[in-house]
This record gives sequence, C-alpha cells and structure tokens, in this order.
Amino acid sequence: MATIFRDYAQSEGLRSDRSAGDRQRHREKVRRAIRDNIADLVAEEAIIGQSRDKTIKVPIRGIKEYRFIFGDNQGGVGQGDGDTAEGQVVGKAGDGQGKPGQGPAGDQAGRDVYETEITLDELIQIMFEDLELPDMERRKLREVISERTHRRKGYRKSGIRVHMSKRRTAIARVRRRMATGTPPVSDPELEAAEDAEDDLPDDEEEVDDGGAAVAGPRFRFRKDDLRYHRIRPQVEPESNAVVICIMDTSGSMDTMKKYLARSFFFMLYQFVRTKYDTVEIVFVAHDAIAREVNEHDFFHRGESGGTLISSGYEKALEIIRERYHPSLWNIYSFHCSDGDNFPSDNDRTVAAANELCEVSNLFGYGEIKPNAWRFRDATMLDVFRRVTAPNFHMLSIERKEDVWPAFRAFLTKEKRPEEEPAQAKAGA
Amino acid sequence: MGMSWTMRDLEDWDARIRDKVAEYELDCYDQEFEICDRDQMIGFMAYHGMPSHYPHWSFGKSYERQRTLNDLGVAGLPYEMVINSSPSIAYLMRDNSLCLQILTMAHVYGHNDFFKNNFYFARGTRAELILGQVKMHADRVRSYVEDPSIGLEAVEKVLDAAHALSFNIGRNPAVPRLSPAEQRVRALDRATGTPDPYAAIHARKRTDEAATRADLERLPLDPDPDLLLFIRDHGAYLADWQRDLIGIVDEEARYFLPQMETKIMNEGWASFWHRAIMNTLGLPPDIHMEFLVRHNQVVRRIPGDVNPYCLGLAIWDRLVAEEEGTWDPRRGLPGAPSAATRQKLFQIRESERDASFLRRFLDEELMRDQDLFAYEPRGNDLVVAKVSNESGWREVRDRLIRQTGTNAMPMIRVLDGDYGRSRGLLLEHVHDGRDLQLGYAEKTLDHVYTLWGREVHLKTMVNRETVILSRGTDGFRTRVVRDE
Repeated sequence: MATIFRDYAQSEGLRSDRSAGDRQRHREKVRRAIRDNIADLVAEEAIIGQSRDKTIKVPIRGIKEYRFIFGDNQGGVGQGDGDTAEGQVVGKAGDGQGKPGQGPAGDQAGRDVYETEITLDELIQIMFEDLELPDMERRKLREVISERTHRRKGYRKSGIRVHMSKRRTAIARVRRRMATGTPPVSDPELEAAEDAEDDLPDDEEEVDDGGAAVAGPRFRFRKDDLRYHRIRPQVEPESNAVVICIMDTSGSMDTMKKYLARSFFFMLYQFVRTKYDTVEIVFVAHDAIAREVNEHDFFHRGESGGTLISSGYEKALEIIRERYHPSLWNIYSFHCSDGDNFPSDNDRTVAAANELCEVSNLFGYGEIKPNAWRFRDATMLDVFRRVTAPNFHMLSIERKEDVWPAFRAFLTKEKRPEEEPAQAKAGA
Repeated sequence: MGMSWTMRDLEDWDARIRDKVAEYELDCYDQEFEICDRDQMIGFMAYHGMPSHYPHWSFGKSYERQRTLNDLGVAGLPYEMVINSSPSIAYLMRDNSLCLQILTMAHVYGHNDFFKNNFYFARGTRAELILGQVKMHADRVRSYVEDPSIGLEAVEKVLDAAHALSFNIGRNPAVPRLSPAEQRVRALDRATGTPDPYAAIHARKRTDEAATRADLERLPLDPDPDLLLFIRDHGAYLADWQRDLIGIVDEEARYFLPQMETKIMNEGWASFWHRAIMNTLGLPPDIHMEFLVRHNQVVRRIPGDVNPYCLGLAIWDRLVAEEEGTWDPRRGLPGAPSAATRQKLFQIRESERDASFLRRFLDEELMRDQDLFAYEPRGNDLVVAKVSNESGWREVRDRLIRQTGTNAMPMIRVLDGDYGRSRGLLLEHVHDGRDLQLGYAEKTLDHVYTLWGREVHLKTMVNRETVILSRGTDGFRTRVVRDE
C-alpha cells in the first residue's frame, strides 16, 4: 500500500469551479420557484411596508427532488441521553426532525425542504421581472419633476446655445483650418483650442478668434464648426403616490379571504413603489362603518356585523380630501371584498366608486371567493358594471393561484389612451 | 492565520499511521490525500467526492446545502470526504489543525479497509474503474448538453426524471439481474418443473394447475425492481442519448448503494480504528487532548436522532468486549484488540451490512445502554412509543432497521410493461405496512411518465385499501381497487 500526498494548488481551484454552473442553474430554479410561489410568499409575513433590505426566509418548495418515499406519519427511532420514558415528547411532528441522513447526497427522504434567504428587494425584483410593466397612466400635470438630469450622449451639429461644446467646436475649427492648408498648425493651436472657453462665438454666424494667442492670419469660426452636446433629457417623474387599501373586514371575511387580499395589496403596493419615490400606504377597514387602521389591525382584527361598502369608499375619499390632494398625489385605490353588501347600499357604493375613479389613477375592485361553488353567493361584480370609468377594474380571485395572474391582468389591462384612436381607425 | 502544519508533518504522521495500519492488519487500497480549501471541499462533497462529475443543478443545490450544514456544524468529522476507489482518494482541508489532519487520515484508512473488504462494495462496485467511468459519464452528458439538437433543457428533463427513480433498484448486488432470455428459462422451469431424479422415492407432489402455465408473453416475466433499467431497455419512445443518460444515472446510483447500506457499520469501523491508531501513535499531549475532544464530538449522541458514528462504534466495541471480556472503551485508552479478536471483526466487516449487523448484534442491554427509543407522531408532537426495555427493545430494533439504508425507501417493482395491452406501465409498491407519501408519489409518477411516454400506474395501499395511482395524458388519477 502506498500513499501519495498532493499539496494544495490554487490553480486546482479551477476544478472546483465546475460547481459554478450548477449553482447558477440551481439559483435560476430557485428564482423561478419563488416567482411561482409568489402569492404564497407575500402572505407569509407582515411584510407590507417593511424596509426593503429586510431579509425574509423563503421555504423553497419548487425544487424538491421527488422520489418515492414513505409518508412522514411513520415516526422513527432516535437516541436519548439515557432514561427516555414512554410517552415523553421528543419533538414536534412535521418539523423535519428525526431520520438520520442517508444517501450520498443527503437525499433524505422527505427532508428536502430547506430555506433560502432572500431580501424583500430581491423578492420584488423577481416578482416584476417578467411582468411587462404597462405605462401606467400618469397625470402629467401632477408630476412634480423633482430633478432634471441630463445625460450627454455624443455630439451634433445643431442645438441650443447652452449645450454647445466649446472644445469640440474649437477642434472642428482647427481641423477645417488644417484641411484648408492654412499654416501654421501647431500644438499651441490645439492648446488654444482647449482654451477657447473665452472666445466663444457670440452669434451663430462667423466669429473672430481674437483671443487666441496664436500668431498668423485670423481664422474665423464658422457656423459649420459649432458642435453641441447631444442631450437626452431624463425627466424622472418622481412624485408622490399613495396606495389606499380598502378591505371589507366584516364577519364573512375569513382568514383565507384576508390572506388573498393581503397578497394582492402587497403586490399593488410594491408595484407602485417601483414607480414613485415616495409611496404612502393607507389602510381602511370597513364593515358597516369604516376606520383607518394600521397594517396589523387591518389584516388581523376580526370584525363582525354587516357590510356597507360605501362606508369604506367614503372614508377613503375623506382621507384623500384631507391628506392626499389629487393635484399632488398619484392615488391608487383598491378594494377587496367577498361581494357581500346590503343591497340598499349599492347605489351609494356606485356613486362613491365613480368619485374614487375621478381622483385616483387607478381604482380596482377585487372580489374574493375562495368557495366559488357557492354560486348563489352575493356578488358586486354585476353592480360594478355600472361604473364606467376607464380606470376602473374588476377582478375576481378564487384561489391563491389566481392572485398573481389577476394582478398581472389588472396592470396589463391598463388603457393606453394614445392607442385607442389608432384602434378605432383600424376598425373603421 | 498561518498553517499549524507542513506537508512534511503530514507525511511523517502518515508514515506512523501506516505502520499502525499494517500492525493491526487492516487491508487498504493505495491512498491519495489531496489538500484543498474550504470551498473546494464543499465542492467535492456536493459531487460525492468525484473529481469530475456530470453537471446537474441538483449538485448546485447540494453545494448550497452542504455549505449551510457545515456552517451549522453537523455531526461527523468536519469535512471528512473519502472516495471508494482504487487508489482511494481523500481530501484534507487546509484550515484544519494538525490534530484534525492526523485524525482524518487515521479515520480514512478505516474506511479504505472497509471499502476494499466489505462484500457489498466488492460485489457492487469496481473501485479501480469508478473514476474513469464517472469522467466518461461527465463527458457524454456534456456532449449531449452541447449538441444543438438536444441541449441543456432536454438533458435536464431526463436527468431530473432518472434521479427521481435512481434508488429504485435491486438491493442486493449478489442477486444478478437476469436477461429476458434467462428469465424465460426460469419461467419455463417453474412451469414444467425440474426433473426430479428421486421421483420414484418421493411422494407425488400435487402440482398447482396455475403454476404450470407460464405466461411467456408477459413483460417482465418476473417483477423487476430495476425501474431505470427496465425503462431504458423497454421504453418505446426513448432516443439513444436518453437511454444512455438513464444508464448513467443507474450506474452511479449502484455505485453509491453499498455506502447507503453500510453507513452505521462503516462509520463505526472507521471511528473504532481511528481511536485505536490515535491512542497508540505517541501523540504529543496537546494534540492528544485535542483528539479526545474531537473524538467525543464525532461520536456523541444526537438527541432524537441516531448518529451512525456513535451507534456503529458502540456495536463494534460490544463485539470486542464479548471476545475479550475485559474491554471497556470508556476506561483508559483503548488500542487495538488482540489478533484473534481482529480476525473475528474482519469477518463481520466483510459479510454484513447495516440491516444484518443491527439484527445480529443489537441486543437489549446494548440498546438500553444507547437509550434507543421509537417515537410516533401524536397530534402535533412526536411522542416516545417504545423504549429499549424487556418488552419494547425488539420493536425498537426492528423499526431502526426499517429506517436504515435502502429500507428507508419503498420497494417499487415493475409488474407489467404492456398494461392494458396499450403499452402502459404498471408498477407495484411492495407494501410493508408503510404508506407512500402521496404528494411525492404523484410528482414522481410525472417523472416516470416523462421517461415511459405512455400511461403509468402505481399500485399501492393507502389506509389498508389497494389504490392505483395513474398518470396519463389527462393528468393524474387515483382509484380504489376492490378485491382483485
């Protein structure tokens, strides 16, 4: 028997790099899994309004490696420190405890879930990564242009005075001069061009280069020499937005419905946040009366009693009047309910909805019906047909799998005013 | 941080360790030690130590897991990695202390001896060929990935599916896989009966009518536990490259099977010999102190779990105590047992695997000493159902055996490759009282369907009822079968 030692060689590190491709592929799958489970994830924790660098734990379920395995109601065998007695509790069922690892890859049957940590920011990035963001209707007048940045991109021969590039202009003149064979062309000439700051042409015709410390005949600037920066104005429509979440918290809204609503509100909020600098969020909970509440109460406080949807809308309008004047704020309102309402309240609701449409960029109504088989359920979808504003949208959600598609539809159904006439023409 | 050792140190200590290995009559392949850094180590672990392995995302996942586990500091030697090959290859991590390096080397020689001599490894693997094979597999897989008419997605799809079935294989390498022709001969023999030279003096056997009719149309003739090989050989819709991939996955799974089947014995064996070697090596006191601490970490009990290092070592110690009478490893510095005892141990390490090892050598006293218990879910808690006392120890032992090696996985066999006369595939779960995890079964059937290309069915029991799970063009169905 012989033994060989191979010393550490950093270059051998290249060999272990082979895992890079597989790790990358795995990460892609993780991202995809996250995207597929987004509706689950956003409802996992109270993450609405959390800071963006908060790390959340995401249990990855999409990339399990399935095999035939035994159910986990089997129990197992373990070791104790001595004197373990029958009936003693040794763990929680289903917490992945027990079962020693087996198999070369640690492919422990059924212990395939592990958690990966991602930041909220990453999560949102993943969420919107494949969502073709529509040009959300913007109220031009309300855009408070916070900062105008200009990016210079090359040069051109025409432009306005302030964009003129002195240096390029001077160089152009030198070139012309060389081309025409007007001596002497020397380095000082070029240096002069660098210093041409002070003798810029005052008008766009011909100009003296009187200040240039160059001997020899005068050689004038011509309009042809003028060079301007090509400017791409970047107008960043930074402005303020507010997301108003209105939810029916009456007795009929159970945990499941709130869960679906929460997912939806979260997406809306995050989406709006990608568009504006300052985004505020307002929670309005209503049963027969509406109040503004904090996030926790919004999702956790059970209410009871009947439902007057109009109360929620009117509360929202009141908040808008008081704090979010539409001339300064982009307003996104969304209401989740299970479709219950006192029929006598419908007219008032429609009126309030119309009013909300007027002040909001977007107003959406989401009807949540996890038990859609109860087809005799009350619904507001018919009532809301009477709301004809173009920025009003309805959607209905039955299962958590519906949240994401519904959300996408909600955004991509966005009307693009400039396209409409074109379509009309095509139709004519 | 500078290293606390030089290559020279390692070579010196290795020479001393090998003297001990020879003295104790361990029988090893040549050994190669490669020094690596932590990232490389994790990489090796993710690919089961193989220097070159075909690419697949699951190894990326394994890498991330491995990193997490190592960060948490799991049981076992920190970063112990040794390959069953000839020469055997092991990795030593640069950042480990000199003590850990010596300990790892001593431990590795124990594994090396086990790989070379245990029956399951000798029968089930070709240690001298494995590295070359794995490299060739990697080359072929890459060539398919790079082939523009195939590509990564298509390769991945087959590998994903094949990985899902890779451990549904015949579990005993000593039982050869029969070719269809051999099966046919056997079926005919069974049907016609072999001629009995002593028929005249034997009582006339009543032959069962049914048994005399062999259905030679049936495929497979005998239920086939090798799912991947059956699909590879009889799947009607597979391209050659797909059959090749399936074969590759099957071959590698078979190579790892013995390790799964002997985890407790093997880790116990390596721990037994590293302790004997380290205690007789003449280590400086500080290194020896560190060794004692490390050793106790490695073989400690993990409450609620079974640490193979701990249980395995306890059983080997028990076997020595039975032979020598005075052996108490908890007292003094146990070295190697006597030559006669060693021969006895060598025989056991050659012929057993975990299931038989536990069944033969775990007795009530040892189990009580190890405080082994069986637990069950009750409500939201896991509750101790049986402890190792007079009335319960057998039950605990049997349950332990059921969660050991391949026993922890359901046995699935191919019953019919032309089910319903429409090329359907009928699988059967050999039910031993444990139901399948149905969610997993459904997803795994998807993989079977991917490979087979026609309807696939799995017969199993759910809550004592026979159920057939099916996956076809119209998705997934289940139906309960009443009294077949």
